[in-house]
Amino acid sequence: MPNQLSSKQDLEALRKELIKERRPDKPLIAICNGTACRPYGCIHLTEAIKQELAKQGLENKIGLRITGCHGLCEKGPIVVIQPGDIFYQQVKLEDVPEILSETAIKGTVIDRLLHADPITGNKVVHRDEIPFYRKQVRNILGNNVEINPTKIEDYIAIGGYTALAKALLEMTPEQIIDEIKHSGLRGRGGAGFPTGSKWESCRHAPGDIKYVIVNADEGDPGAYANEGLLSGNPHSVLEGLIIGAYAIGAKQGYVYVRNEYPLALANVTLALNQAEQSGLLGDNILGSGFDFNVRINRGGGAFVCGESTALMASLEGKVGEPRAKYVHTVEKGLWNRPSDLNNVETWANVPLIINKGADWYRTLGTEHSKGTKIFSLVGKINNTGLVEVPMGITLREIIYDIGGGIWGGKRFKAVQTGGPSGGCLPESLLDLPVDFDELSKAGSMMGSGGMIVMDETTCMVDIAKYFLTFLEEESCGKCLPCREGIKRMRQVFDEITEGRGSEKDIEFLEQLSATLVDSSLCGLGQTAPNPVLTTMRYFRDEYEAHIKEKRCPAGVCKALIHYYIIEEKCPGCGLCVKECPQEAITFMGKKKPVVMDESKCIKCGVCGDVCKLDAVGKR
Amino acid sequence: MVTFNIDGREFKAEEGQTILRVARENGIDIPTLCHHEAIEPYGACRLCIVEVSKGRRSRIVTSCLYLVEEGLEVKTNSPRVISNRKMLVELLLARCSKNKVIKELAAQMGIEQSIIRPEYLEDNDCMVCGLCVRTCEQVVGVSAISLVNRGITKEPASPFLEPARDCIGCGSCYYVCPTGAIKMEDRNGTRIIYNWKVEFKLKKCKVCGNYWAPEKQLEYIRKKWNLPDDFFDICPTCK
Repeated sequence: MPNQLSSKQDLEALRKELIKERRPDKPLIAICNGTACRPYGCIHLTEAIKQELAKQGLENKIGLRITGCHGLCEKGPIVVIQPGDIFYQQVKLEDVPEILSETAIKGTVIDRLLHADPITGNKVVHRDEIPFYRKQVRNILGNNVEINPTKIEDYIAIGGYTALAKALLEMTPEQIIDEIKHSGLRGRGGAGFPTGSKWESCRHAPGDIKYVIVNADEGDPGAYANEGLLSGNPHSVLEGLIIGAYAIGAKQGYVYVRNEYPLALANVTLALNQAEQSGLLGDNILGSGFDFNVRINRGGGAFVCGESTALMASLEGKVGEPRAKYVHTVEKGLWNRPSDLNNVETWANVPLIINKGADWYRTLGTEHSKGTKIFSLVGKINNTGLVEVPMGITLREIIYDIGGGIWGGKRFKAVQTGGPSGGCLPESLLDLPVDFDELSKAGSMMGSGGMIVMDETTCMVDIAKYFLTFLEEESCGKCLPCREGIKRMRQVFDEITEGRGSEKDIEFLEQLSATLVDSSLCGLGQTAPNPVLTTMRYFRDEYEAHIKEKRCPAGVCKALIHYYIIEEKCPGCGLCVKECPQEAITFMGKKKPVVMDESKCIKCGVCGDVCKLDAVGKR
Repeated sequence: MVTFNIDGREFKAEEGQTILRVARENGIDIPTLCHHEAIEPYGACRLCIVEVSKGRRSRIVTSCLYLVEEGLEVKTNSPRVISNRKMLVELLLARCSKNKVIKELAAQMGIEQSIIRPEYLEDNDCMVCGLCVRTCEQVVGVSAISLVNRGITKEPASPFLEPARDCIGCGSCYYVCPTGAIKMEDRNGTRIIYNWKVEFKLKKCKVCGNYWAPEKQLEYIRKKWNLPDDFFDICPTCK
């Protein structure tokens, strides 16, 4: 733990010392201990590496760095060896001795642990050459692999808190705000409001006491971009927050992190304590005369608390219900005082802009969306994981070049961005550049960073129903259109997916959607119809198949599908007979096709899954 | 003072007033359910929506919360307002399909039959406007009840659904409820509020012998205002 840093000189002196300790020539094993790698056993693997280092007497010869998320979560546990940037994936306990003796000591590459390009099958040695990483621009996430998130020393060694020193000691609050405005940074929580303008309004709002808040209540299904950043590099978020507080004139900050993110919560709590003990938080930060403190609050599990006013109500100890924002939170927010709330990722962009300048930052991105955006790329895709891409990259590049295409060689059907508030975009829009405005125009939104890829086996009507069900449970229930409207929409979807839909339903859904968009109290209700509207817009034929033909083209909606035995293919092996939980299939003797009693069938699909000869049909 | 326009008529009003207030003071009718003058606006029922514009873009806002601004144009009955409000009433009707107040409101909007499939119609009296809870907190000052749960299961209730310990039996919740969802009864010297599972002994007037208010409520007022012990022995009629 570094001593109290009371000036920029102290910080720079410490950094020099820390850099000296990080000898680049010394072999180093970096192992991901991010949340997604943990179910793959990375904790045991880390222990095994420690033990093996001790056993082989290599503790002083080989460094070990326990890091946050590396991004390619599909292939965890991930181990990267320096020098050489050798990338190993799906590492097992028994691989450890060899990795130490062969790769770390001799630099020999172990072929079986290398990444194989999911399209060409070619093995790749170096991390940067892996297609998943090649097209990414990891300005924010890239540091995850360079540091142990529980060590402030690591963050300082790679240049951490230089932006803070620059901002506090060499810039006025107005200059900082101008820099952020000029950078074109827009809110990464999803709505894309210009960050600099928000800060400026908050700075100019009347009142002596102001607050800055980190929104780490990421709750979209399939999204963990904020988690990967906050658990993997918590100091970058804190540094951004302190700079923002100075620019706005706030003396108190809050980090609102959902309790379901234990690792992010633990790491940001640790980072906060370290920053306090090092004099980077508290009174007279780095001798600048600026005082600032931060508190961490845990969310209690309500999705709606990611909405700014609900989050602030929750911080106040009240029920997490949104209120009307006709008077903006930058004027009257937390405890009715001017408050600036930004997403985890927005805050993490701030040090980068201050260090490298707005002009540099503007070089990346599109006309109205600058910089990079982190997405959690999930669903039916080969390379699931956290990706950071320049604004303006196409969906096709993300899904095929970075994501490695669709899992199991299936056909792409849709990609959902923006969580339950976003929309489902079809194949015809794959060349859409990813930026705030283009996604909105297409009926979706940037959101906080969920990107769910769906293949031909996904029913778009069922997906819309899924998101409605999610929102029905997560609506706070305060305003009528959201509480009652989402429920009514979901009921219509129950009817459609069970074969009782009528053509009037589409019209009703459109009318009800319009009312939710127009008259709901907060963003949750206003955007709730997006999955419905986009699937009706781009996948109308699927709705029509469900309603007119009582047919689910993707074969998902149980009430509309039937299983049957294709007699000419069935050799009567009896595998399906054994597996059927309903005893709906009867064995008729060897080499005779089995017989299915449809009245007993519950459409679980297990017969089709176990049949090796595709003798179970679905219609 | 700000100058603005409602339905083509020009108005001047003090800053900080809501559109709803100015409209009502000038005889312009905007329907509401969750609004009450004595209580902070809440914005739950959304019936008071109006269309506002400043320049080209217009949007729908709730007039109970939106403050008048210089140059604002307000439409209380535009086609967009009407179609939204009608759908809101449809949603109310589907929830409270047998409630007299809601049925009358629907009839006024020209809704004869619900747009919702009959098997999904519900028979609630409460439409979760929260007036009972807000009155108990802001006017009475006892917060004996609150809104519990989230989303479609949200409802006003006593703590842990047990008898509301802090309730003083004043009945403000009953009087303020716009849809008659709170069931209260005074019988044989006892007041019962069924929703909060509470019963109160009523005070008997020493003069006329009539029961006139819950003893707990009178004691609450007496202590709050530091009144003499016998202050409420005689009812207001006999005083």
